[in-house]
Amino acid sequence: MKTKTIVIIGNGMVGHRFCEKLLEKNSNFKLIVFGEEPIRAYDRVHLTDYFGKKTLDDLFLSKNQWYDENNIDLYLHDPVIHVNTTEKHVVSQKGICQHYDYLVLATGSSAFVPSIPGVDKEGVFLYRTIDDLNLIKRYAANKEKGTVIGGGLLGLEAAKALVDLGINETAVVEFAPRLMPRQIDDMASSILQNKLQALGLTCFLQKSTTQILGKNKITGLAFADGSQLDSDILIISAGIKPRDELAKAAGLTVGSRGGIVVDENMRTSDPSIFAIGECALYNEMIYGLVAPGYEMAEVAATTISGEQKSFSGFDMSTKLKLMGVDVASFGDPFITEPHARTILLEDKNKGIYKRLNISPDGKRLLGGILVGEAASYNMLLQTVNNNMLLPEHPETLLLGEQSESKPAGAGLESLPDSALICSCEGVTKAQICDAVIQQGCENADSIKKCTKAGSRCGGCVPMVKDMVAYTMKKQGKYIRNTICEHFNFSRQELFDLIKIHDLRTYDSVLDNLGTGHGCEVCKPLVSSLLASLWNEMILGKGNDVAQDSNDRFLANIQRGGTYSVVPRIPGGEIQPEKLIIIGEVAKKYGLYTKITGGQRIDMFGAHLNDLPFIWEELIAAGFESGHAYGKALRTVKSCVGSTWCRFGLHDSVSFAIQIEERYRGIRSPHKLKSAVSGCIRECAEAQSKDFGIIATEKGWNLYVCGNGGSKPQHAHLLVSDIDSETCIRYLDRFLMFYIHTADPLTRTATWLNKMEGGVDYLRNVVVEDSLGMAETWEKEMQALVDAYQCEWKVAVNNPDIRKRFVHFVNAPSEKDETVKFEEMRGQKKAADWNAPITY
Amino acid sequence: METLTTTSWKLACRVEDTIENGGVCLKLEDQQVALFYFKRRNEWYATQNECPHKKQMILSRGMIGSLGDKPKIACPFHKKTFALDTGECLSGDECAIKTYPVKVEDGFVYIALQN
Ligand code: SRM
Ligand SMILES: Cc1cc2nc3c(=O)[nH]c(=O)nc-3n(C[C@H](O)[C@H](O)[C@H](O)COP(=O)(O)OP(=O)(O)OC[C@H]3O[C@@H](n4cnc5c(N)ncnc54)[C@H](O)[C@@H]3O)c2cc1C
Ligand code: SF4
Ligand code: FES
Repeated sequence: MKTKTIVIIGNGMVGHRFCEKLLEKNSNFKLIVFGEEPIRAYDRVHLTDYFGKKTLDDLFLSKNQWYDENNIDLYLHDPVIHVNTTEKHVVSQKGICQHYDYLVLATGSSAFVPSIPGVDKEGVFLYRTIDDLNLIKRYAANKEKGTVIGGGLLGLEAAKALVDLGINETAVVEFAPRLMPRQIDDMASSILQNKLQALGLTCFLQKSTTQILGKNKITGLAFADGSQLDSDILIISAGIKPRDELAKAAGLTVGSRGGIVVDENMRTSDPSIFAIGECALYNEMIYGLVAPGYEMAEVAATTISGEQKSFSGFDMSTKLKLMGVDVASFGDPFITEPHARTILLEDKNKGIYKRLNISPDGKRLLGGILVGEAASYNMLLQTVNNNMLLPEHPETLLLGEQSESKPAGAGLESLPDSALICSCEGVTKAQICDAVIQQGCENADSIKKCTKAGSRCGGCVPMVKDMVAYTMKKQGKYIRNTICEHFNFSRQELFDLIKIHDLRTYDSVLDNLGTGHGCEVCKPLVSSLLASLWNEMILGKGNDVAQDSNDRFLANIQRGGTYSVVPRIPGGEIQPEKLIIIGEVAKKYGLYTKITGGQRIDMFGAHLNDLPFIWEELIAAGFESGHAYGKALRTVKSCVGSTWCRFGLHDSVSFAIQIEERYRGIRSPHKLKSAVSGCIRECAEAQSKDFGIIATEKGWNLYVCGNGGSKPQHAHLLVSDIDSETCIRYLDRFLMFYIHTADPLTRTATWLNKMEGGVDYLRNVVVEDSLGMAETWEKEMQALVDAYQCEWKVAVNNPDIRKRFVHFVNAPSEKDETVKFEEMRGQKKAADWNAPITY
Repeated sequence: METLTTTSWKLACRVEDTIENGGVCLKLEDQQVALFYFKRRNEWYATQNECPHKKQMILSRGMIGSLGDKPKIACPFHKKTFALDTGECLSGDECAIKTYPVKVEDGFVYIALQN
């Protein structure tokens, strides 16, 4: 028999956390939850990811059966509409009348909607729930101009989401004279504004909206200064309003500007009723963040279980979650003379602004702001929160990203054991060190499993990693990047061992150098080493089952389980006849065609069974594999160069083709991309490639270690004005050095970033031959080049390999009938694999 | 009283149709079944072919391996892993997969879809 009944109103983030915490402490209560939304609690903090890579499944805070398994009654889509505090029961909209011993209000907040005429027009949205996002997504299709009212944390996030939904002209309208007025100062705001502009977001400050224009649908906004702005869609994000309506009606004390008044145990004016999360008003303050809400949930759960814990306010430091825009504020960001001294660093050129507020005696950090570079956020936040002593020259804290990793060690040392590292989950330094020492956790993942640190917003993960490394070092453990439980070696060690032992198959490598039976980490890695060393057909000798999916079927796997076909088009040059062949093959096999970002053509949606037939036809027409699936050379892009262009200095197309054909098919730690431009106008974008070449009056300039992708980085000039042969010799050395020494799945840019001595060291090795390896590497590269064969040609002509390209081994001619396509603009696309939400 | 259970074995394929240390997909009674021959351990496993994560018919094309002593399969799409013997998900919160008994006789592989 459960002794007492607790009713929880609101199944949001904090309400859910309360249930978890209470179960941890005491199972003697019967829990009954009412939620107004149609689905169970989800991660609202990462709501915006729902537009991107996350599905609803990823966002749910619990497994489907969690409430059942824990014997919690969950009523969704059924808000409580009445609380009777004398009879101690609640009544829901669907008519459920439920008695309670304790009542917990976790009703959160709703968006504050200013009373502007026209806010009820079609095309005006809020940004709070999954429902809101579904509505926005549907409405945003084909819209061109968007606006967000509110330039706070949430407003900026919503605005970026509109841009990502394809609304290229998006504006943010803010009433205050700066963005994020609660978190950052004017200077920080102006730098942030520039950054947002680069993302396609225009900001209008000091604008007060007076009317939403349009007949039924919104067409624009009118402002107090007489100006207007066209807009097809509007999101209002002008602040939050605690949902205290139920509490108010029940006679509980609420604040004059909203919020259910609670004491330090989260008790409201009625001792059997608690309020937690964004609806609670503690000490005249509403906490609009999840971490304080979680703390409140724990306090309430502890109090109800009869133990002691009290809430004493919470730090409101935050980091903006926009890809590519680092903005953070911590402690007291605004405090000024005479209560504090301020140190500023502003670099308009790089778009960096940092402000530290230190105590008048220079000993403590009180708060600060970081824009453009926020890697030191965690450490600085800890310094404030733990009232730590500052170094003698606190301005060093403002310098460069690298300062993060180095002083971090010293910084970690001086953190007290009680320092809160993960505030979402309330995990301290002591708990993390303990997990490393007692439970043998040696990486952030296992820490996550043991302590839950880093499992919510993820903001503390870099610090957790540092903490693990620091603790292991302190124990005298040597930190090696070993591959996985099956190989106690780093990639480089394994490379050398395989070579010395002359091993040729995954199984023999495992038998000779490893333990156990392998896994999805070491199999592709060893396969890649074997290919880099010997360049034998990757599907031979039983190595096919040790290849990553894309390599195993020599094609990139797509949603639905079909594959893409990318023939090599060296330098991006192609004869009309070959274009026709591609068109014919695509038509015959019903493939979607697209020009890729790498100057070639991709055909998507091929059934596994069709792949050998498609390639047979392509090969007959003179095509070969483009290795779009392998960790290998992708494309060498070219600009048209001196053959046509009035500025071209040399024939960049011919050189690009020569280079692409030289290095095609060679396996490396990660993919390799290259480009050749005919002059410094750089139309081939060579400076964003792993190796890029630009024509000069006297020859070529060779650039290395650039990267596009998620962390773009410009390439470094390695040597200038060299001739074609020298260029290729240097490239041979450069590539072999990279293949020998890089960590798995590390692009050249990251490899260089980790290299001691940086590009100067690299230049010494490659150009000056400081390691004396040049000759060996050139020979090794030549051997790889000579061993090249088109994998697809081998595959279609080898019956043993070819027979693997079927879906059903017991019905080889049948295709997988579960593969579904949809139509779009006269071609097909993979059916959406996110199951529609069913309520 | 003793309960008699009869296992109804279905003929699936020949051993030579399978792949050593890897998987193949079979169509059995209109279901898609993934069959794995873990030669290094001399073990056979059969599971549903559908990965529960994004409901993709794909597990037979994944990589097999071990986690400690546990035999496992990694889905090629997002590398979620499942135990080949019990079907439980070894990485996070996805649901378990169904597993089926396998026997090999005279060069033929048999799978029992239901007991
Ligand atoms: C097809 C293409 C997009 C397009 O439609 O244009 C593409 C498609 C994919 N890219 Fe890309 N990338 C394509 C050009 C690029 C470019 C542009 C370029 O090469 O000039 C970049 C940025 C340049 C760079 O890499 O430095 C690019 C950066 C990435 C990255 C991020 C790499 C990084 O270092 O951050 C990934 C993820 C990865 O490799 O881990 C990626 C991964 C992928 C994968 C392989 C994702 C996957 O594993 O399924 C996509 C496969 C699609 C498929 O099934 O065929 N793709 N990708 C482009 C193919 C080019 C080609 O002809 O081979
Ligand atoms: C887009 C977005 C981004 C955010 N980003 C961050 C961030 O980066 N960092 C951060 O710390 N915070 C962030 N937040 C804020 C964070 O999500 C909230 O602080 C947190 O969700 C508060 O939890 P809660 O349980 O108090 O309220 P909610 O999560 O809003 O849950 C309250 C629930 O109660 C329900 N409810 C209300 N009344 C009733 C009733 N009468 N009966 C039944 N149910 C009822 C509501 O429908 C709702 O489902 C973000 C919020 C949004 C919207
Ligand atoms: S093609 Fe590249 S950028 Fe586009 S979705 Fe795939 S991985 Fe992302
Ligand atoms: S579909 Fe299998 S892991 Fe995502």
